[in-house]
Amino acid sequence: MIPSGDEGARRAEEKGSFVFRLYVVNEGPGSARAIANLSALCKKHLPDNHQIEIVDLLQDPRRVLSDKIVATPTLIKVSPAPVQKIIGDLSEEAKVLFALGLQQGTK
Amino acid sequence: MKRATSSAAENQDVAALHKTPTGVEGFDAITGGGLPRNRTSLIFGGPGSGKTVFALQTMVNGARQFGEPGIFVAFEENSRHIVANAASFGWNLPQLEKKQLFFFDAKVRPDVIKAGEFDLSGMLAGIKAEADARGVKRIVFDSIDVLLTLLDDPYAERREIYRLNDWLSESGLTGIITAKSQGDYPFVAARYGFMQFMADCVVVLKLQVVDQIALRYLQVMKYRGSSFAENEAPLVIGASGMEVADISAKTIAVEASPERVSSGVGPLDAMLGGGYYRGSSVLITGSAGTGKSILAGLFAEAACRRKERTFYVSFDENPSEVVRDLSSVGIRLGPHLKSGVLRMHSARAETFSAEVHLMNIKRIVREHQSRCMVVDPVSAIVKAGAALTAGRVAERLICLAKSEGITLLSTSLLQGAQPLSEETPVRISTIADTWIHLTNISQAGERNRALSIVKSRGMRHSNQVRELILSDEGIALADVYTAAGDVLMGTARWQKEAAEKTEQKRILAEVEHKRREVALARAELTVRIEALEQELKQKEAEAERLTGADARHKLDLVHRREGLEQSPSAKIFKKRPENSHAAGKKMTRGRRLPKGGGQ
Repeated sequence: MIPSGDEGARRAEEKGSFVFRLYVVNEGPGSARAIANLSALCKKHLPDNHQIEIVDLLQDPRRVLSDKIVATPTLIKVSPAPVQKIIGDLSEEAKVLFALGLQQGTK
Repeated sequence: MKRATSSAAENQDVAALHKTPTGVEGFDAITGGGLPRNRTSLIFGGPGSGKTVFALQTMVNGARQFGEPGIFVAFEENSRHIVANAASFGWNLPQLEKKQLFFFDAKVRPDVIKAGEFDLSGMLAGIKAEADARGVKRIVFDSIDVLLTLLDDPYAERREIYRLNDWLSESGLTGIITAKSQGDYPFVAARYGFMQFMADCVVVLKLQVVDQIALRYLQVMKYRGSSFAENEAPLVIGASGMEVADISAKTIAVEASPERVSSGVGPLDAMLGGGYYRGSSVLITGSAGTGKSILAGLFAEAACRRKERTFYVSFDENPSEVVRDLSSVGIRLGPHLKSGVLRMHSARAETFSAEVHLMNIKRIVREHQSRCMVVDPVSAIVKAGAALTAGRVAERLICLAKSEGITLLSTSLLQGAQPLSEETPVRISTIADTWIHLTNISQAGERNRALSIVKSRGMRHSNQVRELILSDEGIALADVYTAAGDVLMGTARWQKEAAEKTEQKRILAEVEHKRREVALARAELTVRIEALEQELKQKEAEAERLTGADARHKLDLVHRREGLEQSPSAKIFKKRPENSHAAGKKMTRGRRLPKGGGQ
């Protein structure tokens, strides 16, 4: 459903859109909340301007070490630069928007 | 839920509790084998107390010595920094890395924003996969408090700690979790309160500064299912990593040797009945300038001459100074130092704690395989930290020498209020086998050195005080004179000796004189006896002549004289009786004389 990998990221960048990578643990309640929160946020603030890659660490555990993931869920904004890391279930929306540089759109 | 199963399993195999050696010297001895295998151990400690070093060393030793690869999860420091910091220990981390030792940079950078709840399940799943893929047996989480700070919620903290613990007990890995403690008591912070119940082994590391010298300790607070030495054990972080003093009560298993080793001083060997025992510890005490270092130097020189590897530790004096100073009394250590038979080590006492000194000594002793050792002076260790600690270090130094079969000679400076109280500041006199005490006796305007053997276990030894004489020809021990309760030494002794010699000479001369006088008298008498015998013979002959015809002829003459006296010419004859009277007188005298000569 979601384009993934470098090719997808490059295409998204060309369009000037947001590329997210969300690391989750499949069964975890926090992960489900994070996916829901991110989807809602994107729908509200970045309609048609985002791509989300979801990495399930239970299915692909070697990425923990290679991508240095300590907390789950972890959201990485791959583009636009700079790369930003956000940990938690993204329930604190204001913080997320601040981190993504989107806070001006709220309030 | 998992707590119940794990404690049930624990009850079943308490007897079969396996241990994982850390390879940290001393720690494995204290705990009887190391950390609990496949269990979790907590390492508490303040900043700089050595938690990371302990954990990392356990990993390195596991990989290098015990064939157990490990993962080091670094929450606090970048793994690059850890590798760089450990470079000085010579563990060769870059070579181990990626084959037997894996680092996981789990440091959460400050620019990471926290927006909502999170947990560690993903990370643990990833580590498990990594551990399985690489056959990992040991794991470190360093340090957990960084993670807890990130969670910033007591409920979440507890939840994640239990998650970690459950994960560890399921993984079958031997785990170390380090945690920073504030202040002396590690469990003050409520967040750690439950952790000590959770872990199977709890170790506390402490760093104290006493008299400006850093002292480190390690204490095992808890070890489920195992006995352990519960006192604080001194700890040192040195050139090759961490070392923990073995405080476990183990007996010295080395058999006592009946062999004697020369003290380097012939007369002293005689006083000791042959020298020091091989493998014994000798203590030489005395105030400054009593000759302690010289006795130490002589012992070292004698050992080197026997081609025995000797290790000379001097404090506050560098080796070249020691060699020069000793050569002034004819002790030549230079050639032995060059040939490698002698190894010298010097350190400034205050620079390090006593523990560090001991560790350095230990390392060199093993490297050099020393058979004899000199520590001059062991009392310098007192300057390196609290006196009590230093005393223990001195004791352990003796134990080290004993267990390695090394003959140890240490000197101890006595000073202060009771310089002659024969009490060593380090209080090692009780565990030294032979104790020689040197004193400066000051009398008649000079100081002299006196040597006495205070004790010497297992050998007969002289109880006499001797004078220690240093000269260009070396060292000598002289008997001292006691006169009117005073011990005479130095010039006083020399004077006494000289006076005795003069007296002896005088007596000899007198006797000779008398002998000659008597001989002369005898010779004179012999001559006189001969002369008198001659005279006697003459007189006897004369006496014979006077008998017989002569007597009758004389009687005739008497008769004639009587006749003539009545004649006018009588005056002419009167003179003759006078003459004979005079001759008679002479005879009387002659007869008396032999009598007088005979007396």
